[in-house]
This record gives sequence, C-alpha cells and structure tokens, in this order.
Amino acid sequence: MQQFNLLLASLPDGILLGFVYGLAAMGLTLIWGVMNVINLAHGPIIALGMFSTFFVYSKLGLNPYLGVVPIALLGLLFGILIYAVAVHRVINAPHLSSLLATFSVNMIIIGLGTAALTTSPYNVDFFAGSLQLGSTTLLGTRLIAAFVTLLFTGGLYFFLYRTRPGKHIRAVANNRAAAELMGIPSTRILALSFGLGTMLAAVSGALIATFFPFNILSGGGYELKSFVIGVLGGLGNPIGALFGGLILGMLEGIIPAFLETSWVPVIEFGLFVAILLVRPNGLFGAKK
Amino acid sequence: MTSLLSLQGVSKRFGGLQALTKVSFDLPEGQILGLIGPNGAGKTTLFNAINGVYPPEEGSILFRGRDVTRFKPYEHARLGMARTHQIVQPLNELTVRENVMVGACFGHENHSLGQAARIADEVLEFVGLAVRSEQLAGSLNVAQKKRLELARALAARPHLLLLDEVLAGLNSSEIDGMVQTVLKIREQGVTILMIEHVMKVVMNVSDRIIVLDYGQQIAEGSPQEIAANQRVIEAYLGDPKLAESLMEEA
Amino acid sequence: MKLWNQYRGLIAPVLVVALLAVWPMLTGKPANRESAFTILKAIALASSLNILLGYTGYVSFGHIVFYGFGGYVGIFLLSGMGWPLWASILAGGLASGLLAFLLGSAILRLRGGYFALATIGVNEAMRAFINKFDLFGGPTGITLNFSVYKAYGGAAQALQTSFYIGAALALLALAISYLVRTSKFGLGLLAIRENEDAAEVMGIAAPWAKTWAYVLSAIVPGMIGVLFFFKNGNVEPGDAFPLHASIELLVMVMLGGQGTVLGPILGAFAYQGMRGYLVTSPVFKDIQLSVSGALLLLIVLFIPAGAIGWLRQRVPLLRRVLA
Repeated sequence: MQQFNLLLASLPDGILLGFVYGLAAMGLTLIWGVMNVINLAHGPIIALGMFSTFFVYSKLGLNPYLGVVPIALLGLLFGILIYAVAVHRVINAPHLSSLLATFSVNMIIIGLGTAALTTSPYNVDFFAGSLQLGSTTLLGTRLIAAFVTLLFTGGLYFFLYRTRPGKHIRAVANNRAAAELMGIPSTRILALSFGLGTMLAAVSGALIATFFPFNILSGGGYELKSFVIGVLGGLGNPIGALFGGLILGMLEGIIPAFLETSWVPVIEFGLFVAILLVRPNGLFGAKK
Repeated sequence: MTSLLSLQGVSKRFGGLQALTKVSFDLPEGQILGLIGPNGAGKTTLFNAINGVYPPEEGSILFRGRDVTRFKPYEHARLGMARTHQIVQPLNELTVRENVMVGACFGHENHSLGQAARIADEVLEFVGLAVRSEQLAGSLNVAQKKRLELARALAARPHLLLLDEVLAGLNSSEIDGMVQTVLKIREQGVTILMIEHVMKVVMNVSDRIIVLDYGQQIAEGSPQEIAANQRVIEAYLGDPKLAESLMEEA
Repeated sequence: MKLWNQYRGLIAPVLVVALLAVWPMLTGKPANRESAFTILKAIALASSLNILLGYTGYVSFGHIVFYGFGGYVGIFLLSGMGWPLWASILAGGLASGLLAFLLGSAILRLRGGYFALATIGVNEAMRAFINKFDLFGGPTGITLNFSVYKAYGGAAQALQTSFYIGAALALLALAISYLVRTSKFGLGLLAIRENEDAAEVMGIAAPWAKTWAYVLSAIVPGMIGVLFFFKNGNVEPGDAFPLHASIELLVMVMLGGQGTVLGPILGAFAYQGMRGYLVTSPVFKDIQLSVSGALLLLIVLFIPAGAIGWLRQRVPLLRRVLA
C-alpha cells in the first residue's frame, strides 16, 4: 500500500518528465536518422537552452515561456552554424571523425561556458501553479512543459510530412545519393536537419530549467538519457523518441517505488545495452 | 565425375521477394560453369547463398562432399572457396600486396605472413599488377581494382572460384587480357563459376551454362544448347538475331 | 639481420619509454616523475585502445571501463584479500580481459555508431552498478590502509616502485601493439577495419578476431588501473569510470595517428603536453577546454590521419621506419 502511494506520487511526475526527455532525444535522433552522426554536443546545447531561460526570466524579468520561440530560433541558427563549421567536412568520413568533431564542439561550449558562468548551480525559481489530483500534486511547470513538447512534436511531424523541406529531409535520410540525383540540395537539407536537432535540444533545455537547478555541465546527463531514449524508440525515428521518453520517464517514476533511486541508472543503462543488442532499430523500429 | 559443388533445391527469400526458387545444379571439378540472366535475376544472390553471405532458407549446398549450407563466409573460404565481387571491395588503406596477402593468409592453405608475401608477389605478377604492389589499393583505377579482386581470390589457391562480373566496366582490350587470365586459371585446375554479361566471353569460355530468370533456373546446358533454347531467347536474349549471332560465336 | 628487420619498428617506442623512465632520475625532480607517470599511463592506455580503434576500426567510447573495472578488482584483492601488488595487477588485467571477452562476444556484433553507443552504455551501467556494489565500497569506494605501503618500503618507495611498474606496463602495451600490428592476426584486423564483409569472404573469422582484439586492448588498461589506484591510495566510481577520459584517449590516438604503433605515443605526448601548457598558461587557463576543443576540431577536419599517418602519406620512405 505504501508502495502504491509512492507510485501514485512519483509516476505522474515521471511521465511528465518523460515528455521533455523525449523532446531532447528527438533532436538527437533526428540528426542520427538524417546523417548518421551522433551529436556529442547535444548535452551542452541542452545546457545552453537552460541558461537562455535563466536569462529571459532572471535578467529580463519576463515569463520564462516567452523565451521558448526565440530560443528555438537561436537553436536552429546555432545548429546550422555547428553543421557548417564542424560537421560538413566530415559528413562522409568514418564515424570517429564526426564523433570527435561534435565532441570538440562540446568541449568548446563547456570550456567557454565554465569560464563565463562557472559550474555553481543556477536556478529558475518560477512557479506556475499546481494541480491537485487526489493525493498527487502535478506542478504547473511540468504540465506546461509536456504541452510545449506536444506542440513541438506535432510541429515537427507536420514539417517532416507536409512541407517541402520536410519531405526533402526524409528523402535525404532515406538515401542521400538518390536524393541528390533528384536535385535535392543535400548540403542545405543536412544543415537544416542539424539545425532542427539542435533547436529541439535547446528547447528541451529551456523547459527543464524550470524543474531543477543546473549548471553548464547539466546537459550531459540528458545527453546520456537521449541516447537511451533514442535506442528505445529507434535511432532515427523522431516520433519514436517521444514514446521512448515516456517509457524512460515511467521507469523513473516506477523504479523508486520498489528500489532505491540509485538503481535507476543501473537499470536504464542495462536496458540500453540490452536493447541495442536485441533490437538495434528500437522497440518500434522495423526489424532488419 | 565428381562434383566439387552441388546445389539441391536452393531457395532464398528477402521479405516478400522470392529471390531464388529451387536452384539445383552440379559443378564437376575442373569445369567452368557460366551463370547468366537478366539484371535482378538473382545471380549475385545465388553467389551470396553459396558462400554463406545470405544462407538459403531451403535446400542444401554440398562443397567437396560436405554440407556447407549454413556455413559462414569465412568457413567457406577456409574450405577453399574464393570469390570476387561485382562491386569491387578493395581494402583501401592497405597496399595492393597486403590485400593479396590477406587472401593467402586466411584461405584454406592458411599461410604464414612470409609465405603469403611470396604468393602475393607471384599472383600479382600473374594478373599484371606487380608494379603496383606497394601502392594503396584505394588509389587503383577500376580495371586494376578488378584485377586486385581476382588476385586476392587466387592467392587463396581456391578449389572453387566464384567470379562475379569481372569483365564489367572494362574496355575491350582489358576484357581480352582478363579472359586470357581466366583461361590460365582454369589450366591450373581451378573450378570456376562465373557470372558474366559479356555473351561472347561466356559462350566461349564456359563448359556449361545456367540461365536464371526471376530467381528460377530456366535452362541448363552447353553454350550451343543455351543459344538455341527458345525460353532463354525469350527471357533474356530477346532478340532472336542476337541469339543467332551468339550461336555463331559459340 | 632478419631479427633487425622484424623488430626495428620497436626501437623508437622502446627508446621513448626508456627515456621517460630515467628522466626523473636524471633531472632529480620528483615533480617530473609525476609528469612522466602521467605520460606513461597515457601511452599504455592509448596504445591499448589503438588495437581496437586503429587496427580493427571499432570506435570504443567507453574504453575506460576496463581501467576502472580492473582497477577495482585489483584494489579489492590487494586491500580486502591481502594479495601482493604484482598479483593484484595481474588479476586486474585478467579481470578486464575476461570482461572484454564476455562483452565483446555480445556488443561487437554492432557496427559503427551503434557500437560506440553501446560502449558508452556499458561504461555508464558499470559505473552505476559499482556505485551500488557494497563489496567494492559503493559510492565511497575503497581506500587503502596506509600500512599497505609498508610492504613496499613505505609510501615514498612505493611511489617510486609504481613508477617503474608503470614504465613496464607502457612497454608491455607497446609490445602487444607492435606484435599485433606485425602479425597475421593483425593483418586480419586491418582487413576487418577496411571492409568487414569482404574480410569474412576472404576467410577471416571476424567475430573471433574482433573479440580477441577487444580482449588484448583491455588487459593493460586493467593493470594500469590497479597500479594507478594503488599509487593514488583509493578508488571510487567517479574516478574509475570517467567518460571524458575515454574520449581523451580517442583524441590521443587520433592526434598521433590511428593504426600505427608510434601514433599513440606521439598523441600521448602531444595531448598531455598541450594540456599541461594550457592549464598553467595565464592566457588560456580559464578556457583551456575550449582551446583543446578547437585544436581537436582543426585536426579532425584537416589532418584526420593524425601526425604519423600524415607523415607516412607525405614521405613514403618513412613507412619502413614509422610502424
């Protein structure tokens, strides 16, 4: 009974958190799907998203959610810039090159970020009300974050399936060489995809900032979670990432009711490796 | 007459596509068997089934009297089967000699590095790549890469050699050179199964020919029989005049 | 003459390690011993990783797991079971080798990015697990009792001994790397690196070869782990499985040139030297990570073959000397 109460308290929270995890993972998996690049600068970009919200709220004194759209745009531009500077030259090179290229971007951001912002914790102390359901309290910030995630997921889906550049992205993801032969400007599409992936990461960071204290290194944990989620939902499948995020969020809600919280990472990463081995295309991916 | 390779009812399916349907044949030792058919007929798939890249779902493959149906590609290689690829697969960052040494080292004769280097030099001389032996394989042109494919396979001193379109993409003088090489290989007693689109060559070189169409084996026989076979003419040769000219070649 | 031909590629590596080993004694400064140890450790780890990364072409992002796991096993035996240092070091190496064997049979089926991700997962799962594993002290780890050092002539003498063992392990890593590189087994690995499917068609039992390459690349890191944590006096999960250290190793291999015996040595020197300079430089101290990142990016983008690879491409004559 006690466990059940614990579960009631932690599960909804976990699920709401799962939405935002899913959003972060969507960015990672989009980039993977389109260009087969694991973006190791993902974490620092999430952290930059967090600091952007801090800036909007604590420095400009605005409602933190007013920052989401400008942060998304800046994220998009920043991603395109990263692609142009660091990724484009190694897009056809062996995996190690693109991994190290994006990792060097990670180092550059973390280095400058540490110098400018230190590694002491920052906090966005924003309260957006709460919703009482029986004995369970749902925080407004988390509900809003889940809602924003759904908006972005819907937007991404619409963009990928209903617009011309979106269709081009899917074509390039499917077969870059063939897409090029059809006259699709693949470089522009790759840059756009990288931009979109970065945008999603930045927005997820912007939303997470209202949940927990953070510093420039905080993105790392979410980057690792994004890997786990990406594999759960199928790398390269952005919509699967949302489901993967929800599964991870649920696990994080369920496990503490039965085991110590510190078992969560053991189970998460164990599951991650197991799924990679059994179904490398994800739980929802087609079996090759 | 002993068969080196014998297929019985080999079938292979990829999802909804039936790539091979009950292919059966015997390849006696020392012969050249030509494998022809239109694009997408399943020729390369048949090679992949034979050497274990995509083992068949049904049927059995006997090689030198052993059932090798479920063997991995490297197990086939160790029994003395070697192949070339239609799309060349050079080990780009290794030198030409090292590429060929790989073939000698890991084939059924299992040579040491020193022996493999000697064999590699012999084979490279034989295929006419000796002057390039220190070059990186990635720097060769297409015709040279084709020869490298062949050299690697030969260095294994195989009992059976699977040749997948070694002539494709070569100009006519290069084709003549390659045909001479293939004939010399046969003289050394190597059994050959070859996929080839250059009809003139298949007809001239092969002892027997098998025709595949949509994964089905539609004909088997001597070059003359194949050239006269009505089904083959319809399915593949299309143009009866072409068939006639082929018969003359044969 | 034949012997000379066979082993001449080892001369430069052996000289470098020997010089590093005597350098602190020649200069008489204890601080130099610490710098030399750091470089020797980097050489040993990077050369080991190179067997998997450079020869076999599999990018491991979590190679440090073998350092941490071996280190834990060895320190546990040393501290909890009273094993002598040499036996603990051996046991740490064997434990890591065994871990690699078991892991390798499973995750080496994955290719490219999937393998890289799996190695990150393995490292993180191991860290999280050790954090929960009471036998190894959970989150606080294992701290060596000071009396342990008595058997080695006191702490100061133990540090000195550890330094020479470190040099020996660096040599061992280089010897393994060299023997693999010049063997038939190594040729098979290179073929797998270039084209795994074609390699299998040519008769290379890729699953077997990859697993043994993985095992060989894991043993010395396990031994180095034991030695380092012995010298350090304690081991805890954060120090044993730092993901960024795995990536530093990749950078060293990449800097010097993957797939060569000398490359990781050069990379270890360059990387540690650069770090040492940046951390102490008044201009770059605060943004040293960014400067390293920018340099890494320049290398990845413009000289992806690394220093040794670049030299080998430019000056073919050097190919004979630069193994």
